[in-house]
Amino acid sequence: MKTRTKYLLFGAVSASALAFYGTPYLRERGPEKLRHMPGRTMDGHYQIEQRCDACHTPFGGVANEACLKCHGADLEAASDSHPESKFADPRNAERVARFDARACATCHREHAPERTSRTGVTVPVDFCGHCHEAIAEERPSHQGRGPATCAQTGCHVFHDNRGLHEDFLKKHLGEPSLLAVAAVLPRAAPGRERRVPDDAPAALADAASSAAWAKSGHARGGVSCSGCHLDEQRVSLDGSASGPEPRHASRAWQRRPGFASCRRCHEGEAQGFDGGKHGMREAAGLPAMTAGSARRPMKAGAADRSLGCASCHDAHAADTRAAAVDACLACHDDAHSRAYKAGPHFKAWERELAGQGPPGSGVSCATCHLPRATRQGTDGARVAVQHDQNANLRPTTKMLRSVCASCHGVGFAIDALADAALVESNFDRRPRVHVDSMEMVGARARARAEKEAKKRAREAEEKAR
Amino acid sequence: MNKRCDGWKAAALVSSLCAVSCGGGKKPTGEGGVSPRRMADAIFTVVNADRTVYTREVVNRLQGEKVIKATEHFKEDKSLPLPAQMFRMGADLARKSDKGFTYALLSLWPINKQNAAKTEAEKKGLRQVGATGEPFYTEEKLGDRRYFTAVYPDKAIAEACVTCHNDNVDSPKTDFKLGDVMGGVVVRIPLD
Repeated sequence: MKTRTKYLLFGAVSASALAFYGTPYLRERGPEKLRHMPGRTMDGHYQIEQRCDACHTPFGGVANEACLKCHGADLEAASDSHPESKFADPRNAERVARFDARACATCHREHAPERTSRTGVTVPVDFCGHCHEAIAEERPSHQGRGPATCAQTGCHVFHDNRGLHEDFLKKHLGEPSLLAVAAVLPRAAPGRERRVPDDAPAALADAASSAAWAKSGHARGGVSCSGCHLDEQRVSLDGSASGPEPRHASRAWQRRPGFASCRRCHEGEAQGFDGGKHGMREAAGLPAMTAGSARRPMKAGAADRSLGCASCHDAHAADTRAAAVDACLACHDDAHSRAYKAGPHFKAWERELAGQGPPGSGVSCATCHLPRATRQGTDGARVAVQHDQNANLRPTTKMLRSVCASCHGVGFAIDALADAALVESNFDRRPRVHVDSMEMVGARARARAEKEAKKRAREAEEKAR
Repeated sequence: MNKRCDGWKAAALVSSLCAVSCGGGKKPTGEGGVSPRRMADAIFTVVNADRTVYTREVVNRLQGEKVIKATEHFKEDKSLPLPAQMFRMGADLARKSDKGFTYALLSLWPINKQNAAKTEAEKKGLRQVGATGEPFYTEEKLGDRRYFTAVYPDKAIAEACVTCHNDNVDSPKTDFKLGDVMGGVVVRIPLD
């Protein structure tokens, strides 16, 4: 056999073996796969690291599409400042040759813990300089600031600049540290009351649960016991899931209704939950996350608590106040969480609960990490809770607009978020870090006003002549 | 009515030219015999017509009737996109479709410096369309690909274009008048 033929044969056999054994391996899920992990995953991916195929295409590497499957909607909503299409323009060919920002993995390289920042970035912090090296010519105020400072807290975010663009900051110039009206969005107004009777079968009735339910929003909103406990699989008359005239194909009583039961009415909240660390495991087809499987410090006694709707929301009382603080602190045991009850935010929360503060003035864990947001639906806009607790983190500046600015002056909030020690101690003092973004914006606003004044004077002069 | 028909005809021409010339973005010229220049002209005709209609019939009309304004941060202001933003969003979406051709709105006096002329062809083209008001055609190599590059004059068609640029603190030129060439539309067709 000729040498070339031998090589070809060897190559073909190797490729077949790799395809045969490798493809199912990528599709497998389970802890045994982690033995082959090339390096520690980023915090954001840790919960789904057993699902290699969530990111990797067999023999295809990591395609942008895999990233966009989870992050695409957020980037779209943020009007991504640096989308792939921007770099696909041939006029950027020279830049792309130096720094290929078309691929997500250029900046977000997985399994590289030694160079991964808290925001999941794996390139040196001065990467902005690849394209914006001459920024000081355009903005003299940036003279002397190196490219390593661009992405510091309170300045610029590569993808989402909704809370930092100049016109937004300009609207908030001169604000005090605490606004006169300091409150987050009000809860969605309750719908028309439609009380329904307790319809649990007598054999399964439980007086305590029934009493708790009777005081809940579910009872007021027309959701009886069967609304959650009766498992209804909707199958259409033609047998398909999406065919015409859906009917109830099966009706079995569930002692402990699962996520799917809540999801039937709370789809928006469920989608948010799926996207955050609490829910991404289950959404990826893995067993639900437990507190013990988190990387952040959790209380030892909570290790076996698994994450689902009922782990934070009492199934019958459905008291969102308990879900907003007590549920979080039952598991979380990091310095920021431990410091919460000694800080000013908790005091405001206590005042609101005691009726001494106006609605929305209290600051619970959920106020910042599961914030209320206006969601546009087919039937109009409504206030709902974002259940992806990571959505306004990474970087923390994203919280500025969606949360902090509801109660605080933006300049003060930028400084507070930039003070890492202050964040850790849960805002128990005033910021000791100052970011001069507001001064820069102020200076440009004055320059613009002067320019407009000169123009008006010139026009008046011409008119007089 | 005639303008609307012209728009549809131009759109149909671009679609057919893309199908014939680009072959899904692989080859710019083929058996259809459509030259890159004709294709670039057609693309410009459509995108320019669309923006003109948007400027006159949507932005100017609705602002004039005090129904809604056009502002840069249109999502948070719940307003209309500025005509130049509308144009750029279209260019961005077209680029995502990966059909080979691209187009961009550039200027020698850009508010955002990322929209300044960068390649030699862009610099020469923008200077020439500014001086003559006529299209400029050339070929250039960007990265490892050759392109047919056409630059078309972009004129101030509405008072809003002039006032917005003249009043912006970042605008390097503040004495634009209606009808002035404010920049250029650059259309690129890959030749390889």
